[in-house]
Amino acid sequence: MATQFVIDGLKAAIENKEILKGINLEIKGGEVHAIMGPNGTGKSTLASALMGHPKYEVTSGAVTLDGEDVLDMATDERARAGLFLAMQYPSEIAGVTNSDFLRSAINARREEGKEISLIKFIRQMESKMKELEMNPEFAHRYLNEGFSGGEKKRNEILQMLLLEPKIVVLDEIDSGLDIDALKIVAAGVNAMRSEDRGFLIITHYQRLLGYIKPDFVHVMMQGRIVKSGGPELAERLESEGYDWVKEELGIVDETVGQV
Amino acid sequence: MSTQLTTPVNRQSAEALSRSKGEPDWLGALRAKGAELAETLEWPKPQKTRIDRWNLNAIGVYKPQTTVSSTDELPEAVRNLSGEAPAGLIVQRNSGVVLKQLSAELQAKGVLFTDLETASREHADLVQKHLNTVVAQDENKLTALHSAVWSGGVFIYVPKNVEVELPLQALFFSDDVEASFSRHVLIIADSHSKVTYVENVVTDYSDTAEAQSLVQQAVVEVIVKPGAQVRFAAVHHMAENVIDLTTRRALIENDGRMEWVIGDLHDGHTLSDTQSLLKGNGSTSDAKVISIGKNKQQMNLTTGAVHFGRSSESGMVTRAVMKDQATAIINGITKIEKGATKANGQQTEKVLMLSPKARGDANPILLIDEDDVKAGHAASVGQVNPEQVYYLMSRGISKQEAERLIIHGFLAPVVSEIPIKAVREQLQQLLERKLEV
Ligand SMILES: Nc1ncnc2c1ncn2[C@@H]1O[C@H](COP(=O)(O)OP(=O)(O)OP(=O)(O)O)[C@@H](O)[C@H]1O
Ligand SMILES: [Mg+2]
Repeated sequence: MATQFVIDGLKAAIENKEILKGINLEIKGGEVHAIMGPNGTGKSTLASALMGHPKYEVTSGAVTLDGEDVLDMATDERARAGLFLAMQYPSEIAGVTNSDFLRSAINARREEGKEISLIKFIRQMESKMKELEMNPEFAHRYLNEGFSGGEKKRNEILQMLLLEPKIVVLDEIDSGLDIDALKIVAAGVNAMRSEDRGFLIITHYQRLLGYIKPDFVHVMMQGRIVKSGGPELAERLESEGYDWVKEELGIVDETVGQV
Repeated sequence: MSTQLTTPVNRQSAEALSRSKGEPDWLGALRAKGAELAETLEWPKPQKTRIDRWNLNAIGVYKPQTTVSSTDELPEAVRNLSGEAPAGLIVQRNSGVVLKQLSAELQAKGVLFTDLETASREHADLVQKHLNTVVAQDENKLTALHSAVWSGGVFIYVPKNVEVELPLQALFFSDDVEASFSRHVLIIADSHSKVTYVENVVTDYSDTAEAQSLVQQAVVEVIVKPGAQVRFAAVHHMAENVIDLTTRRALIENDGRMEWVIGDLHDGHTLSDTQSLLKGNGSTSDAKVISIGKNKQQMNLTTGAVHFGRSSESGMVTRAVMKDQATAIINGITKIEKGATKANGQQTEKVLMLSPKARGDANPILLIDEDDVKAGHAASVGQVNPEQVYYLMSRGISKQEAERLIIHGFLAPVVSEIPIKAVREQLQQLLERKLEV
């Protein structure tokens, strides 16, 4: 069965403040969707709500992955079901080496007694790190601790490559990346594009979408998707900004949850 | 008024026991003096821990032990704890040392490694000159009482310029809750010598014995002569009924170096005090302590560095994980005396709380009487960060495994620094066991 990810009327609140006001979106295997939108309009909130961040409370709506109820699952179950979120601000965890972490994540998907062998794991990790032109030393560093902004983003992509998820959400994966790194990361994502994998790419810039061609572009304001189109929409936003969208829709303040 | 009420020994009983063991007169006199001092001195008063509520007088009675010829004759639970000990091994069971081994190579180099009772007879000059010089008898009731009642113990002497490559090891175990279990360790590293010593302190009781309290008193004195280097590693993991009162102290002369690695994984009340006296110019010390508290355990863990020497340097790190209703008071004391110019003392204490009922206190204390110095401290008490748990879970790792990774990560900076692989692995296993729910 081809991957099918459906977000239906999703509303979510943080500290009793409603941020997501009904998101509808369907992502099929093989598709790349991009979400753009001004700061503070709920993009990261959508990503967090999908992944099950404990601070975000889903107040209504449904999310299914291949027919399974995602909202009913704990965060780790969502991940094992095939959801992956490259975070805008990945956590730093001192004392846990990147490689120990990665191996735990891979083994979490396997049955007890069928863990990946150390040799095989190291071979996989090293080959993916090479693809991303990461210094092998990063395997032994503590998870994200002291990583530069760009290094953290590359490390998120490394995880994506190793975990082979079905639905990939990338939240501002391009922020903090230099031009060369952007190309490398985009190549990594493109290499993962396949019929049974869907992407949701949150970004502020057309540049990333030049490397990863989206099939659909959505604009988010006030906690909703207010406009959708093809790749040409991203290009227009890049050159003209958001004012025309706001004008067209009669939106004055595009943010959400502000008092 | 009976002195028995406050002190479990007196001058007469201390002297009589010493004589019955065939100890030299000077030691008998020292023990008698200790017993007498104990009657008048006060228990130590560690910050924020009421140790006077602990059963401090339950020191057991001296019971002679039968020696064994190899570790195979030891109870199964403790037999393999030291692993191979090719350099040397001393095993103390309850009140007495039952096994002593030292490699022929080290014997030939003049290294002395024996129990302290034997050393006081055979190397009286060395022992008498140094015993109770680093931890004085009259400091408090604990040190006085200990000087009267200790038995077994370890004596190490490393001659000038001799480097002992492999660690000397000791195993102290109690399997008789009525027998005294109080050791004294005296280590003398002569000029430019080098030695690593590792000790394991454990119990092996039947379930019924666990109801009775027993105090494990230990005093460790280390003398680091000019240019010498001593590494000391200890792992304590005794049963809950044991009260662990341990004082470790090193006196470090010019350009000497002292390294402490302490695993306070004991299950009962714990008073653990580890100090370095940086007497010499250019002397350095480093202390790393990890601890896990569970149930209703109370712990008071102190690391200290006192700088006298110019350009002396100290580092201290304590990391503790507190579960259930355990309490840990963690003190770091950096003291820099007048004249210790260019001294540098750095300390960090961190506590990770795993339960809302656990309590942790980190108290960094800097006492500085000299201007031209560096000193720094960092202390924190916190819980497992939910953002970190979420991050790990978002990669498919279960909540329980995520917390385990974070907790081990918290202790890793100390565990990974442990110089001896066997001890590091043993510690790792103990951590796993004590952290299990
Ligand atoms: N943990 C939180 N506590 C309080 N408010 C929050 C929290 N997380 C998000 N918000 C609020 O929700 C709104 C939407 O935030 P969100 O991070 O989803 O925006 P975004 O579209 O991702 O913005 P950006 O482009 O700047 O990343 C903002 O007003 C933000 O302040
Ligand atoms: Mg965002």
